[in-house]
Order: sequence, then C-alpha cells, then structure tokens
Amino acid sequence: MDVLRDTWTVFLYNTRIVLRQRAGIVFGVLQPMLYLVLFGPLFATIGSWETLVPGLLIQVALLSAGLAGFGVVFDARSGVLERLRVTPARRVCLLLGRVLSSSVTLLIQSVMLMTVGYAFGMRAWIPGVLAALVLMGLLGVSLAALSNAVALNIGPELFAPVMTTGVVPLILLSGAFLPMSMAPGWLDALSRATPFRYVLEAVRDLFAGRYATWTVAAGVAVTVLLSAVCVTVGTRVFNRENA
Amino acid sequence: MIRTSGLSKSFPGGVNAVRGVDLAVEAGEIVGFLGPNGAGKTTTMRMLTTLLRPTGGVATVAGRDLLADPRGVRRRIGYVSQGGGTNPATPVGDELELHAMLYGMRRGPARERIGEILERLDLSGLESRPAGALSGGQRRRFDLAFGLVHGPSLLFLDEPTTGLDPQSRANLWAHVTRLREEEGLTVFLTTHYLEEADALADRLFVIDHGAIVAEGTPAELKGGTGTLDDVFLSITGRSLREDRPSAAPGSSRPGPDGVEPSHQESDGVGSGRPGPGGVGSGDGEPSRPGPGGVGSAGSGPGGVGPAVPERSAVAPACEER
Ligand SMILES: Nc1ncnc2c1ncn2[C@@H]1O[C@H](COP(=O)(O)OP(=O)(O)O)[C@@H](O)[C@H]1O
Ligand SMILES: [Mg+2]
Repeated sequence: MDVLRDTWTVFLYNTRIVLRQRAGIVFGVLQPMLYLVLFGPLFATIGSWETLVPGLLIQVALLSAGLAGFGVVFDARSGVLERLRVTPARRVCLLLGRVLSSSVTLLIQSVMLMTVGYAFGMRAWIPGVLAALVLMGLLGVSLAALSNAVALNIGPELFAPVMTTGVVPLILLSGAFLPMSMAPGWLDALSRATPFRYVLEAVRDLFAGRYATWTVAAGVAVTVLLSAVCVTVGTRVFNRENA
Repeated sequence: MIRTSGLSKSFPGGVNAVRGVDLAVEAGEIVGFLGPNGAGKTTTMRMLTTLLRPTGGVATVAGRDLLADPRGVRRRIGYVSQGGGTNPATPVGDELELHAMLYGMRRGPARERIGEILERLDLSGLESRPAGALSGGQRRRFDLAFGLVHGPSLLFLDEPTTGLDPQSRANLWAHVTRLREEEGLTVFLTTHYLEEADALADRLFVIDHGAIVAEGTPAELKGGTGTLDDVFLSITGRSLREDRPSAAPGSSRPGPDGVEPSHQESDGVGSGRPGPGGVGSGDGEPSRPGPGGVGSAGSGPGGVGPAVPERSAVAPACEER
C-alpha cells in the first residue's frame, strides 16, 4: 500500500508542476496542432480526419511523453532526484508517479487535438475514442518511462539531440501522416518493426467504430507489452546506484 | 550511530575515491569530516546515505545495516547534499510537503511539522516562494529543513556552508548547534573549511586521498599549539588551505607559511578535482551536483573564494595558532 500511496504523492506533486506551467502542455501539442490546422484540410481532400487525427495522436505521444526525460534531467541536475532517493519511498514509485503525470499531460494534449479535430469535421465514435484514450494513456506511460531511462543513462548533453532526432523517424514509420498500406514493401516492413504502427492502426480502427478486430487486439497487446518493458527498464535505471 | 569498517569505493576507471574508512560516531555527537576537495568526503557520505553502493567494507547507520536494510537506514536519517535539492521554480513549501509525505507522514501532521521546523530555522512565511527567489543562506536553511522534516535521529550535512557569506555561515552554524539540542540529533558533516570544523564539531576525522589520516577533538588535534591546518600539514605534508590565493599578502599566519610547500601543494590538492574529476564527469553522473554545481549559488567552482577574508570575520580565534 506504501507503493500506491507514494506513487500517488509523487504523481500529485509532478502534476501540480505540470499544471502550473501550462505553457509546457501547449508547447508540447503545438506541432501536431499545426499539422492538424494547416495540413489537415489538405489531407481531408484525399483522406479523412479519422485517419489523420490518430496519426497526430501518435505524433504528440512521441513528442510529449517521448521527451518527458527532459524533466528528470532537470531534477537530477538540481539535486531533487537525489533528495527523493534518500527518502524511504521505493524507486519504482518515484518513477511511476512521474511517468503517470507525463501520461496525464499526454491525455490532456490528446483531448485538445481531438476537440479541434471534431471541430473540423472528424467523425469518431465516442466509445472508440474513449478506448483510444486508454491506449494513449498506456502509451504515455511507456514512452515517458523509456524517456526517463534514456535521459538518466546518456546524460543531459546527449539527450536533447538524440531524442529530438530519434522521434522523427518513429513518427514517420508509424504511418502517422499517410497509412503505411500505401508504402513500398521495404518501408512497410521497416514500419512493422516499430511498435507505434500497431498502436496507431488500433486507434484508427477504434475511431472508426471497429472494436473487435485483430488490428485492435494487436495494438492493445503491443501497448501492454511495451509499457511492461519500459517500466521495468525505467525502474531498473532508477534503482541503479548513482543514477 | 554510525559504525563503519573498511568502507571503500572505487569507481570504474580506477579511481579509488575511498579506501577503507573506519568510523565510529556516537549518539548526540556532531562529528566533522574534514579534508580538501576530492578527498572522498562526499563519496563516503553518499555511501552512508545509501546513494552509492560501497565496493568494500560494512557499515551500520542509525542502527540498521547499510547493505541489508537500506530503506531502514533511509527512514532514520536526514541528508542535506552538497548542492541542496530544490526545484528553483516550485514553492519550497510544496516540496517540503511532498518530502515529508514520502516519509509516510499524512498531509495534516506534515504541514504542522513543516511550520514548526521553518519557525526554528527563521524561515516562516517563506514557504510559498520558489527556491529560486531565496537568498543563498535561506536556501541552505531550507535544505536543512528537508533533512529535518521527518524528525530523523541522524543528520548528514555535506559541506553545509560552502558558498555562503560569513553572516549566513555563522547563522547556519548557530542553527545546527541549537537543533542538535532541540531535536536530539546526531550530526555528521563534511567540510573543507577549518573554521567550520573548529566551530561546529565535537570530534573530527581528517580524510585525505580517501583514507582517514587523523581523528580526535579539534583541541586534541591541535595539541594546544598549532592550528588544524598545521596538523593537516604535518600529517600529509600539504596544507588544507588550497583555496588560499597564492598571493595571500595579508596572511596572518606566522613563519612556516613561507616554508610550507604551499605552491606545490596547491597544485596537488587542486588537481584532485579537475584531473580525476574530469574522468568522473565523463561517464555521465547527472545526479551528482558535483563541485561545480555548488557554485550555482553564484560563487566560483567549489565556492572556495570567500575563505580568506571571512576567516578573520567569523572565527578569528581559530586563526591565531
Ligand atoms: N561518479 C564518480 N565517478 C568517478 N570518480 C568519482 C565519482 N565521484 C567522485 N569521484 C572521484 O572520487 C574522488 C573523491 O570525490 P568526492 O568524494 O566528491 O570528494 P570530496 O567530497 O571530498 O571533495 C575524486 O577524485 C572524484 O573525482
Ligand atoms: Mg564533496
């Protein structure tokens, strides 16, 4: 029970910080939002909003939760992390509380995107959208945990260039902007090697109101597996001495 | 309160930062760990506070075995790191509350306790400020509050006054001494300031190159005649005052000053940091504020600058032989 309580305490603390700096939330969603507003109407002439918006959700996940490690770099530098590491709280709580807060940030950003998407004429089924949000929350946990682990491992100087560069191919390979079914064979194969494609296709199905498909099942399975792996890795890094 | 035997730490890359340290600290004592920069003080303290796993030796801290029950140790100790640990943008009160709650306190009692501690540290009314908007002395006292909020029996202070001006330093000393009485604390502190060791500590361990080279009360160590620096000089052949500018025209120290291998030594001690330290920072240790980090309060590297002028201002007594 300590674990839940401590996780909750850390979560509340981090979330309060996030909410206090509202600019951070807006900034994180800015790029996908620009795509939505300035590219979406164009895309809608050949495709549909229900195809584009899920792609932008993956984009915001990678740009927001995927770069959450910046926060931990900052806390490591200011000594906050070390101070927390001397409390009896388990390290997994320090990680989970922080990561859940990044996930909530991502959910806020996702809702912002979907709201604007609806305003432009997106038609997505509410139950499907809610299910997609659950997936997004889990994806946020995975990405934030991974990002934290990477940040603590490679250090502050490398983190920014590595991650900001690294997320771009991942966004493209997920098929965020155009479905990968249109891609040539090699690109399609490459895309299948990244987890985000599966999540994205599941979200597209959910938006379209197709719930009981293999695509959805695959997306859910990949997301659950990904979060288990990422949280384990993250906890290991938080546990490691001197991290 | 603390008992160690053969405590050692070597870092990858062959840095033997701590080599077989034996310590015994009794309840109620203020014990100082004195040594130049790079001597291994922080590394020892980080081992004793469960932040670093020793590569050798055993230790009991606050009645718990360091290796077998690290969480038990953490529950009973407070730790104020060399660089402190506050988010410059969050209200310190919020951070204190989180900190207290991670020790298992409920919000209500935590707030009560925070109020009480802040009052003792003359910080009442400042809890809504972000750490970035506090003076150096106030921030350091907040750091102290973090170490005390859960009522530990043992408090670790790593270089508590490095980078502070003379008034803030004397003020912090007074607080630590008083808190020891009021809170029934045992205090283990590191310092590279002789006057701090002299003013604060009941007993001293002198460390150099990762090993204890002397132990005793400040008076014993001085033997009634010399200064602590003379003691250090006689044991190691080096002066602790590596921070003394080589010009030191106003040096009030008598004769030996001219003879002491002060310049050669200042190279030796000084290089403890830039040299091997560079190796350390190379393999990425983001959580260590490091010596440079302390300077963020506005002082130079290691905050050694003010040592000379303030020496006479704060503790003139310990300077005369
Ligand atoms: N993470 C690390 N990796 C490698 N070397 C380190 C690390 N931390 C400290 N050191 C080295 O260990 C020695 C002792 O450092 P430290 O304990 O910080 O000294 P002090 O606190 O007495 O100034 C120094 O030579 C330092 O460079
Ligand atoms: Mg140190």
